[in-house]
Amino acid sequence: MSILLNNSPILILALPLLAAFLIPLIGRINKKTVGIFSALVLAISLVFTILLAVKVITVGPQIYVFGAKSSGLTLPSGLNVPIRIMFQVDAMGIFMGLITATVSFLGAIYSLAFIKKTEGMDNFYSLLLLLTVGMFGMEFTGDLFNFFVFLEIASIASVALIAYRGIDFGEPAEAGFKYMVVSSISALVVLFAIGILYGEYDLLNIAALANVIKYSQLDKIALALLLPVLAMKSGAVPMHMWTPDAYSEAPAPITMILVAASQASLYALFRIVFSLYNVNSNTLAAGWIIIIFGVLSMFIGVTMAIVQKDIKRLMAYHAVSQTGYMLLGVGVGLAVLSNPVALKEYGITSLEGGIFHIMNHAMYKGLLFLTAGALFFRTGTRNLNKMGGLAHSMKYTTIFFIIGAAAIAGLPPFNGFASKLLIYESVYKFNPLLSIIAMVVSILTLASFVKVFHSAFLGPKLPQFNDVQEVPQSMILSMAILSCVIIFFGLFPDLIVKNLVHPAVMALVEQVKYTGTVLGGM
Amino acid sequence: MIDNLPYIAVAFFVAFGIYTLMFKKNLIKIAIGVCLIENGVNLFLITLGYRKGAVAPIYTMAPSGQNMVLPTPQALTLTSIVIGIATTALILSVAMMIYKHYGTLDTDEVRRLRG
Repeated sequence: MSILLNNSPILILALPLLAAFLIPLIGRINKKTVGIFSALVLAISLVFTILLAVKVITVGPQIYVFGAKSSGLTLPSGLNVPIRIMFQVDAMGIFMGLITATVSFLGAIYSLAFIKKTEGMDNFYSLLLLLTVGMFGMEFTGDLFNFFVFLEIASIASVALIAYRGIDFGEPAEAGFKYMVVSSISALVVLFAIGILYGEYDLLNIAALANVIKYSQLDKIALALLLPVLAMKSGAVPMHMWTPDAYSEAPAPITMILVAASQASLYALFRIVFSLYNVNSNTLAAGWIIIIFGVLSMFIGVTMAIVQKDIKRLMAYHAVSQTGYMLLGVGVGLAVLSNPVALKEYGITSLEGGIFHIMNHAMYKGLLFLTAGALFFRTGTRNLNKMGGLAHSMKYTTIFFIIGAAAIAGLPPFNGFASKLLIYESVYKFNPLLSIIAMVVSILTLASFVKVFHSAFLGPKLPQFNDVQEVPQSMILSMAILSCVIIFFGLFPDLIVKNLVHPAVMALVEQVKYTGTVLGGM
Repeated sequence: MIDNLPYIAVAFFVAFGIYTLMFKKNLIKIAIGVCLIENGVNLFLITLGYRKGAVAPIYTMAPSGQNMVLPTPQALTLTSIVIGIATTALILSVAMMIYKHYGTLDTDEVRRLRG
């Protein structure tokens, strides 16, 4: 058991990776079992992630070095350099890992009933597992080049999944093309920035780089390259053009996982500005850039969402808008990073709000996309003008939708309220105007979801939807689990903030915690 | 000056790639633009590891006392090339799917998703 636990950082990735390549073989024998098999593998991965989370929170950051006991290599001259490839899982990494594990497991369960066409079904699950591997890798790795590789794994898998229905329809292929170009360009820019850092310091390990980084002209260029492309991958305005297309055209469970994949890019952004550069860089300027990205995303996202008629496109614009809250919260924390008084007064709270919102958003936006998928599954349309009166025949879906909509609008007692309140009260102390914008956006969000609720669920029963019934059990199960998580987080936010979010924030803020675990052991 | 030639080539590759992405309307040409940027970045990585007059980083039969080029950027470039093949293949296959449904590769006409 302890061997399994010690190797859990790699097992979390290795199991889905192995299963992804086993699935085509299993699909040859029996097409029906591939879904159950991948859900099982992701369940094991989830269990390992929870065990690892307990260990990281109680014991401290975990390092897994590939092919060696220690991360360093002592040269004959006595020089000790961290050259090995390693996974470095700290509280922030495992926080994101928990989101990834939950979301991908529930996505696989939901797909059991949602993906009806057996042709190409094994490819679907293979790609789903590969996408999960890519996301886990981005979150756990302690090495910049590895990060690039996992980023590419995740984007290639997600493009193939977005274009999954492209065999039959044109639009998914179009969305897939857009996303592919965006993500390959951003990955290449990331690689270029890695090249600059490597050329300057001869290091790829994030912790070792953070230790020697000087914020020279070249480092500024690298930061200026990394910041916008990672914001683009996470779907922030003004680089959000791929988000509505990709989110609306992907199958619903994949959209839920894609939200988590964009958040993995967001995590990488935070890791770079906090763990790699930290106070060496001009945190006020970097913080304000992130805040401006955030405010633009919040406002433009929600105003674009209000006019949409396609339910998933509307939710996708809301995803852009909610990403703005995370950027705002974390941006404020970054802006006051070099000011200990302000950091203690409201910076930490604002960071907690931003980071907590990542998890909350993954849960409620996942739930909303799943309900949209359920509506599409039964009615065959995503157009809100063609829907109506579905509350009569889809009672569970209606309840789940209400929970998700209340959470995204920030109504108590759901989880969106908890993180938004943290953001409002801390950002108000930094700059009242930003806080007011955030509140207005929240009201607009509520308005837009009232519209969706009204046009999809309320009203008399429409004759063309007479034979519509509730969705199959596996879809209800995954939506129910997400709803329970949302309500639990909403009722006991203190518990989550104290045990999961606060350690994650401290892991970001205190750079020594990240670098020390690698360099201290040498 | 002559030592900086590879970096100038990198700049040209990336600039041409960005030009192609921004001003060309054919999906295949966009794929070519992505490839150009990728080649530029690969050339940048490999140039970083280059040392003048050095030998390949293989210890067996290496002449003693001579500098070796850095092996890490070469490993990185190899990985990046392999990833690049997958990316290009995927872009082209998606472009093929688009052609099947829209009957054109012109970006002005492949515009059903808007708003």
